[in-house]
Amino acid sequence: MSVKYTKDHEWVREEGGVYIVGISTHAAEQLGDVVFVELPEIGKSLSKGDDMAVVESVKAASDVYAPISGEVVEINQAIADEPAKVNEDAQGAAWFVKLKAKDASELDTLMDEAAYNEFVENE
Amino acid sequence: MTQNLKITPLNALHKSLGGKMVEFAGYEMPVQFPLGVLKEHLHTREKAGLFDVSHMGQAVIVGADHESAARALETVAPGEIQKLGVGRQRLTVLLNDDGGILDDLMVSRPVADGRLNIVVNGACKEADYAYLDERLPENAKLERFDSRGLLALQGPKASEVLAKHAPAAADLKFMSFAELQIGDITAVVTRGGYTGEDGFEISTWQEDTEKLARLLLDDPDVEPIGLGARDSLRLEAGMCLYGHDLTPEISPVEGNIAFTIGKRRRSEGDFAGAKRILRELADGPSRLRVGILPQGRAPAREGAEIQSTDGKIIGAVTSGGFGPSVGAPVAMGYVDIDYAQTGTDVQLMVRGKALPAQIADMPFAPHHYYRGQGAGK
Repeated sequence: MSVKYTKDHEWVREEGGVYIVGISTHAAEQLGDVVFVELPEIGKSLSKGDDMAVVESVKAASDVYAPISGEVVEINQAIADEPAKVNEDAQGAAWFVKLKAKDASELDTLMDEAAYNEFVENE
Repeated sequence: MTQNLKITPLNALHKSLGGKMVEFAGYEMPVQFPLGVLKEHLHTREKAGLFDVSHMGQAVIVGADHESAARALETVAPGEIQKLGVGRQRLTVLLNDDGGILDDLMVSRPVADGRLNIVVNGACKEADYAYLDERLPENAKLERFDSRGLLALQGPKASEVLAKHAPAAADLKFMSFAELQIGDITAVVTRGGYTGEDGFEISTWQEDTEKLARLLLDDPDVEPIGLGARDSLRLEAGMCLYGHDLTPEISPVEGNIAFTIGKRRRSEGDFAGAKRILRELADGPSRLRVGILPQGRAPAREGAEIQSTDGKIIGAVTSGGFGPSVGAPVAMGYVDIDYAQTGTDVQLMVRGKALPAQIADMPFAPHHYYRGQGAGK
């Protein structure tokens, strides 16, 4: 499955039945150097649009929202330990959480890569 | 970008250097350059950073002689201005009649008699000037210096860099100033700044400001620095940001800048708001500005509630964030005097969670000022 994006700059991608979520490379660039990441607890149940994580640069704190509803099944402790990883590989190694989707059809409401790129350009 | 913003003489240069422009104090200013806040901060502590602070207000208080100019400013400022030496600068505050701080400002005494140069915060300057116009006695008047730009060159390499163009700069001591030629530019150069590092603030005519900036930026040790790093640098240095750490409700005693109140002034008590300030000096204030070190990695930002370990509200954070040189979150804020002792355990409310923290000494990053050959730092 291809990667999908929200208007709040999260990305989500299916892999082996779970949904990997992170923030887009564009969002990481806009934030600047990330100095702190707060992740949810494993087992937390989230509705689409809920506060899922917090990412902070030197300048400011930003919320990261759940792109789809689901349960947190895994978190990426490596980015909490070393927040700068988010700037290095936002859409790869620096994923935030893995979700067990409640309703995978919610993905249909999100943007594909081309639509997201266009969204960012017009933002 | 919002319309009707004022610009500084470096506006075009900032944009050409890739500065990300934001509104600040009514001006369009760079919050960061392509290097980014973190690296700009570290570069300034390691080498030298160039800051555009042309939005700040430069003005002169003019009197018949030094004593009358100084006495005039002393009606609304608690500092010992009469004894300020020629070529010296000091920090003072502008007070309202309740002893609250309307602004913090630098005042300096040039060679010309009967003049006091002041540098006030950009966001406060119109109100400051109106207040001074209203409150200065008749034998003194305020003259705005709106046609001047102001740059700050800060960091351990600042002296070496500036001395290449103006050798005498290297000999200036902290909080002293002189008129120097930097190449073919005439400038008033003051040793000091807002980062805790050695460095200079350089005032020139606006038509020379960009030329001077380009000259300094040509040096491989100098990078342009935006407002983001300016804020994290001053926070680590324990310095106040007006409108956040100091407000019209806060006195210099509460603000932990009682050093701005001169000894003679304390006994004479003839300045605006003296009643409250003298009482607080005698009995102690009910709250105090303190440094705060969060114990975890989460920064606590402005507005975060400060609680005692048993959950009582004892104050609020006024500035907070991540300190790149400290490598951890740092903050300052006001707490009830009973909790102001260094080492006191407190908790900070961040996103509904109580995070452990401790009252700490400031600065968080050591100051490095130049006080002369062989002098202690």
